[in-house]
Amino acid sequence: MIIRGKVHVLGESVDTDVMVPGRYLSLSDPTEIAKHLFEEVDPDFVKRVKFGDIIVAGKNFGAGSGREHAPLAIKALGVGCIIATSFARTFFRMAIDLGLPTITSLEAVVAAQVGDLATVDTVTGVIQIGEGRFQCEPLPAFIREITEGGGLAPWVKAEVVRRRAAAG
Amino acid sequence: MAQTIAEKILRDHSIELKDEVRPGEFVRARVDLTLLNDVNGPAAFRHFDAMGGTEVASPDKLALVCDHFAPAPTAAGAQLLNSMRRFADEKGIRNFFDAGKGGIEHTLVPQQGLIGPGGLIAGGDSHTCTAGAFNAFGAGMSWAGMAGIMVLDETWFRVPHSMRFEVIGTKLPFVTGKDIILQILRDIGVDGALYMSMEFGGESIGQLNIDERMAICNMAVEAGGKTAIVEADEVTAAWAKDYCRRDYKLLRADEGAKYFSHTVIDLSQMRPMVAKPPSPGDVVAVDEIRGIRVDQVYMGNCANGTITDLRQIASVMKGRKVAPNTRAIVVPATQKVYLQAIAEGLLEQFIDAGIAVSTPTCGACFGGHNGALADGEVGVATINRNFRGRAGHAGAKMYLCNSYVAAASAVAGEIVDPAEL
Repeated sequence: MIIRGKVHVLGESVDTDVMVPGRYLSLSDPTEIAKHLFEEVDPDFVKRVKFGDIIVAGKNFGAGSGREHAPLAIKALGVGCIIATSFARTFFRMAIDLGLPTITSLEAVVAAQVGDLATVDTVTGVIQIGEGRFQCEPLPAFIREITEGGGLAPWVKAEVVRRRAAAG
Repeated sequence: MAQTIAEKILRDHSIELKDEVRPGEFVRARVDLTLLNDVNGPAAFRHFDAMGGTEVASPDKLALVCDHFAPAPTAAGAQLLNSMRRFADEKGIRNFFDAGKGGIEHTLVPQQGLIGPGGLIAGGDSHTCTAGAFNAFGAGMSWAGMAGIMVLDETWFRVPHSMRFEVIGTKLPFVTGKDIILQILRDIGVDGALYMSMEFGGESIGQLNIDERMAICNMAVEAGGKTAIVEADEVTAAWAKDYCRRDYKLLRADEGAKYFSHTVIDLSQMRPMVAKPPSPGDVVAVDEIRGIRVDQVYMGNCANGTITDLRQIASVMKGRKVAPNTRAIVVPATQKVYLQAIAEGLLEQFIDAGIAVSTPTCGACFGGHNGALADGEVGVATINRNFRGRAGHAGAKMYLCNSYVAAASAVAGEIVDPAEL
């Protein structure tokens, strides 16, 4: 999968409480949740992000509460993928399972500037940011299959069919 | 190959019946328990429907606990609780705990005997790692992943690297399990254990009872940990004998198991610790921070509303009152803890002291209800997170500490070393 978009730069250990505060946990509609993304620390963020844009962040992105509202809101805003130095693991797995690609690369994060145009090839792991080209470890094929197929729900649905067919 | 405790548990639960597993390897596994609450449960049910799910593959391996919006503070919260009730009823989930019939999930499921040594627990909540106190592997996972387990009765894990923490020395007054994990957070930071299993053992681990072990494992996720596990000893064995309603296997790491790091925790050198806002990793000894004025003290959460915590609070209060310009709230973690506290006369002492005693709920711990803070207010709490906005208003500040320090600060109206009261 090739993802191309404008870069938005965020900091280190960005936690899910600043992404979507606890009082919004009773919301379930992704578009509704997305209205509140970063509302206390950067209320204009949701206005700046355009469909297909890319979030670039430091280490431990998505720290804290395992809160699906956070990747759900980021995806609902239209973010094409997240590049970070490292991810908090529940956030990482939630993003994968919602079909939101995540890429880990220290070099790309260091090089990225707000407004840069970035291109990510999830299969080869090549990230192009401005003039820079960075090789990172692509995700294992079976994880890419989940994300690029739209997330875990369609994957499980298809898996149930595969198993039924195999069982005859 | 010699195995750590996390490696042994993933090996024992692997569908391919592996003889050993190695860090970095992906393992297909069947979990012993899937744990959902009223925030992640309803989301998981939507994923379950999207997956074409009809029946839950192993209904008795699913536990549904109403704790975040229970009792419901708003109509929206009530909708979530209703979704839990409906799913439990439709799918025949016996391990369903409504408000008034259970408590906070991570303290509740061990009390109900639903988890035990050697077990593998997947939860929608990030503090599922609390299960490590009981020598089990608990990990918070994705909510879609929870639905996947409900449909397929399997999931995948990447085998984590393990960190070994060796507990030695003699515990000093007012030092608790909470201080061990806060000190580790100070030393390794909020991503110091990213993706790892934090394993605790050593000659002095026996000085920490099962409740204090919960406080240690509970905050592993605050260091980025995948899980935390306390090695099995007499304390674990005695607990399992009394509580565990399932098969269990007391586990210790093999001699020669490979660790990412070794750290010695000397209890005789420790002080009560405090995490400053807005990071659970910004930790100092209480001595370095005393004197900060406190508006509200909140005592309770998924690992610090235990009977041990309530006894610690009572030992500090001893007839003292909450300071005139400070409020205090105590939240026993489960109905069982609540009853025990009544039987021991603790709640009467708390009410006499001017403390609001609440029914079990996660409420204020996630800034939801039942004790949120206003703009500019300062809170002290025995909870696990103090991120900006976590305690209610984004302009509030939250300090994290053990139950002794929290109770002492309620009496003094400012952060104090309990030894100085």
